[in-house]
Amino acid sequence: MNTQAQYLKAIYLTQQQADGPASTGNVADLLDVSPASANEMIGKLEERGLLDHEKYKGVDLTDEGIQQARDALQNYCIIERFLIEVLEVEEFRAEAKTLEGVIDETVAERLDTIIDREPQCPDCFNAEDDVCGLIDVEAEVSSD
Amino acid sequence: MSLTQPIASDHQLARLLQIGIVLEEVVEARAGKHAGETDDAADAALAALLEEASAESAQHRRQLEELLATLDADTVPFEEIQMLVEAQYEADEDFDGVLYDQLCNEETAYKFYDDLIASIEASETSFSVDRDRLLETLRLIREEEAEGVEAVTELMEARL
Repeated sequence: MNTQAQYLKAIYLTQQQADGPASTGNVADLLDVSPASANEMIGKLEERGLLDHEKYKGVDLTDEGIQQARDALQNYCIIERFLIEVLEVEEFRAEAKTLEGVIDETVAERLDTIIDREPQCPDCFNAEDDVCGLIDVEAEVSSD
Repeated sequence: MSLTQPIASDHQLARLLQIGIVLEEVVEARAGKHAGETDDAADAALAALLEEASAESAQHRRQLEELLATLDADTVPFEEIQMLVEAQYEADEDFDGVLYDQLCNEETAYKFYDDLIASIEASETSFSVDRDRLLETLRLIREEEAEGVEAVTELMEARL
């Protein structure tokens, strides 16, 4: 997943939580980058037709932006589930964040062949807990 | 989509090598299973390709495990991945389906190693494993994956 995909995913989740446009400050916080960096990338994404940015109002993904964001979120879910189910990593959230930038979607698709993922993915993603809402995390990680 | 982030630690490198091992194990298990289901007499070329792919993945896995041992991290037992592949496996008796699956295996592995090599080259981290040995091993595996893509493509084209 490249930087663009990580931004789209963060904007998508921020919009879901806000139930409206995402503030650039919240997007920057979620990605742990400076507001200036976030603004620069948001400008590029707007040029690519992936979002609309209105000053003082926030950022709104276009249909194409939403589609790409959902794909990125799905890849992220695959990485998290893979870390939990296959590698039994307890700190899977932190690790998924470091890996999402280095795991391409084609690789995620292959990892997807050995994990259990529900058809409604990524709609079941719980942005607040940063994990699929259908996973009983403690049971998954401690069971072996 | 290209890789943009350099690898920042031994831990992250070890995790990526573990993922590489799992990818190889998935190929080993799926190609092995397809080889077992292919009639040698009826389709010798396909059977040979799948058997070779399975054996090559086992070899790649061992090479990655040697690197991983230097980083003091555990491997993922093949039997465990084989079981997961079996659990999720959907049989596809169509030859094109089997070949297409094998093409995805080889292309995915190539992409993974290509990204991994780029992210190691972009990193200034001093890893516990010797950088030259690490890159040499990964480049060799990447080359073999490229040859694998070529072999599957040739067989697919021969059947058009």
